Amino acid sequence: MIRYALKMLMGDRARYLGILVGVAFASLLITQQGAVFVGLMERTYSFVSDTPAPDLWVVDPDLEHHADSKPMLKQELYRVRGVEGVAWAVPMFKSFTKLRLPDGRRRGCIVVGVDDETLIGAPASISGGSAADLRLADAVLVDEADVGGKLGLTAHVAEALGGRAKLAVGDVLELNDHRAVVAGTFKIQPSFFWDPVIYTTFTRAVSYSPSERKELSFILVKATPGTDLGVLAERIRGATGLKAYTEQGFKRLTAMYILEKTGILINFGIAVALGFIVGVVVAGQTFYNFTMENLRYFGALKALGTSNRQLVRMVLAQAGVVGLLGYGLGVGAAALFGALLGGTALAFSLPWQLLAICGGAIIVICLIAAALSMRRVLVLEPGIVFRG
Amino acid sequence: MSTAAPAHSMNPAASARGLAVRCRNVVKNYGTGQSVVRALRGIDLDVYEGELLMLVGPSGCGKTTLISVIAGVLDRDEGECSVFGRDYAQMTSAQRTRFRGETIGFVFQSYNLIPTLTIAENVSVPLLLNGLNRHEALRRANDMLAKVGLGERVKDTPLRLSGGQQQRVAIARALVHEPRLIVCDEPTSALDHETGHRVVELLKSVAMSGNRSLVIVTHDNRIFDFADRIAHMDDGQVDKIVGSAKELYGPNMQPGSPA
Repeated sequence: MIRYALKMLMGDRARYLGILVGVAFASLLITQQGAVFVGLMERTYSFVSDTPAPDLWVVDPDLEHHADSKPMLKQELYRVRGVEGVAWAVPMFKSFTKLRLPDGRRRGCIVVGVDDETLIGAPASISGGSAADLRLADAVLVDEADVGGKLGLTAHVAEALGGRAKLAVGDVLELNDHRAVVAGTFKIQPSFFWDPVIYTTFTRAVSYSPSERKELSFILVKATPGTDLGVLAERIRGATGLKAYTEQGFKRLTAMYILEKTGILINFGIAVALGFIVGVVVAGQTFYNFTMENLRYFGALKALGTSNRQLVRMVLAQAGVVGLLGYGLGVGAAALFGALLGGTALAFSLPWQLLAICGGAIIVICLIAAALSMRRVLVLEPGIVFRG
Repeated sequence: MSTAAPAHSMNPAASARGLAVRCRNVVKNYGTGQSVVRALRGIDLDVYEGELLMLVGPSGCGKTTLISVIAGVLDRDEGECSVFGRDYAQMTSAQRTRFRGETIGFVFQSYNLIPTLTIAENVSVPLLLNGLNRHEALRRANDMLAKVGLGERVKDTPLRLSGGQQQRVAIARALVHEPRLIVCDEPTSALDHETGHRVVELLKSVAMSGNRSLVIVTHDNRIFDFADRIAHMDDGQVDKIVGSAKELYGPNMQPGSPA
């Protein structure tokens, strides 16, 4: 009977397509807006994702997110190194500072300093040069995405440089009135924050920034093999009074801050809710109309001996199939949208959790649509078939 | 209150058989209070195994209500109604649904064939509801369609057929699971005389072959001759049960005149 139920639905092309379009549109809107939201949220903690190696990030206990500036005393590094279970710990500096480009323009930038000796914390993907080039005098690494954009050269300088509009290896910058030489470029994920990021060594980064008593932004910690990270984080907190986050925990701290302080959640939430409502209204209404149009046939099936349980299964199968197809179409269209705009500034991320959430929403839409119809079918008196 | 069928009007062969339907003092009201409509006012009626009984009478006299009660698709308010000894009032809703699916075949005035299914699929529905697998159900549906002369059209959808052909499909659907009682509501009302005649002829020849009982609600006095008995209803009561149309309307009755 399930097969016949599906033929009943699919044979009514106009309504079938109407329901399908409603569900697919809801799925598209929920997935697409959700993916942009997730993409943006991932960008809020891209600095953490792009920093390789550490098991734990040790920070000032009052730090609210990774872009927050609450530096620690350098002695904290030695105290952390003394905690049982710490294999190694290296310093990282991060600060906002002033930048002067070769064409004389000024702008702000984020300077990140990584451990002078090990260079741990430098970006994993270095496209021009290598991390070791940071050991050269005044060397800095710049973001490949910025050399022609945020750090691009103005036309008159470009002309003087033989038509080159992009910052290149060997170009000299000024960071807070200190000389800096571009030694290479790196690739990192696009960030939620807008200032260009420049990597150099810890000591040099500190010198590029206004003098402060506290100069340690983060301590990157590697645990000894077999050490439970939760236990180690608690141990560090107990020994130093600092907070230690796993990579996921530090990402969550940043993401939650952005969610709470920017209103981004409610803005995207409205778009996602709109998709859900459109799905419920269009799919529910069309499915209900389909059922009403077919009420006499449901009545005939009841008279012929179809039980309420079978009718429920039939309606659920109809709703389930349009739900599945609509979900697939919507998610497919959203993925295509993301793929086509992949090379642009669009923030788009489609993790399985989002697909599951969208799937859940579509199930709810279909259940609501089916429930409206089922109610009519279940209370239907089979005697209707004798009333002409 | 109407009375049970008088002995002189029974088909002798039928009366020798068991009872298919037994209604006693069946009452059915629609609405409540001052707006109550008394559709059935204490019906007594027997239908015998192997008998074709026609329910006739003016519009609004309660024919359709009575057939709905007999078919178990409408609850009566008072009285008794049993089909092959089983009283609907003693069954749960699920038992009644199952009983209908196994025991009763339906032919509706407006056919009620699902337009998006092929006619073979439409006919196979009662078999699927009785637990047959789809392959076997379709095979038997095809056989039944061949019996009603539509063996070449099994893959057509109902809308490609004429009214008479659709009614033959409905008859095939009513018979395919070999029910013991078949109820038909105005099976010829949408058909011309010749087609209607052929449909009832078919219904009688195929349906009655297995000692089945048929109850046909009709206005169409052109088909009265097929009946073993005719029960005339008026104002919610069976006021007359006769063996032929002539007994009912007199020797001068003309086919096509109002019943």
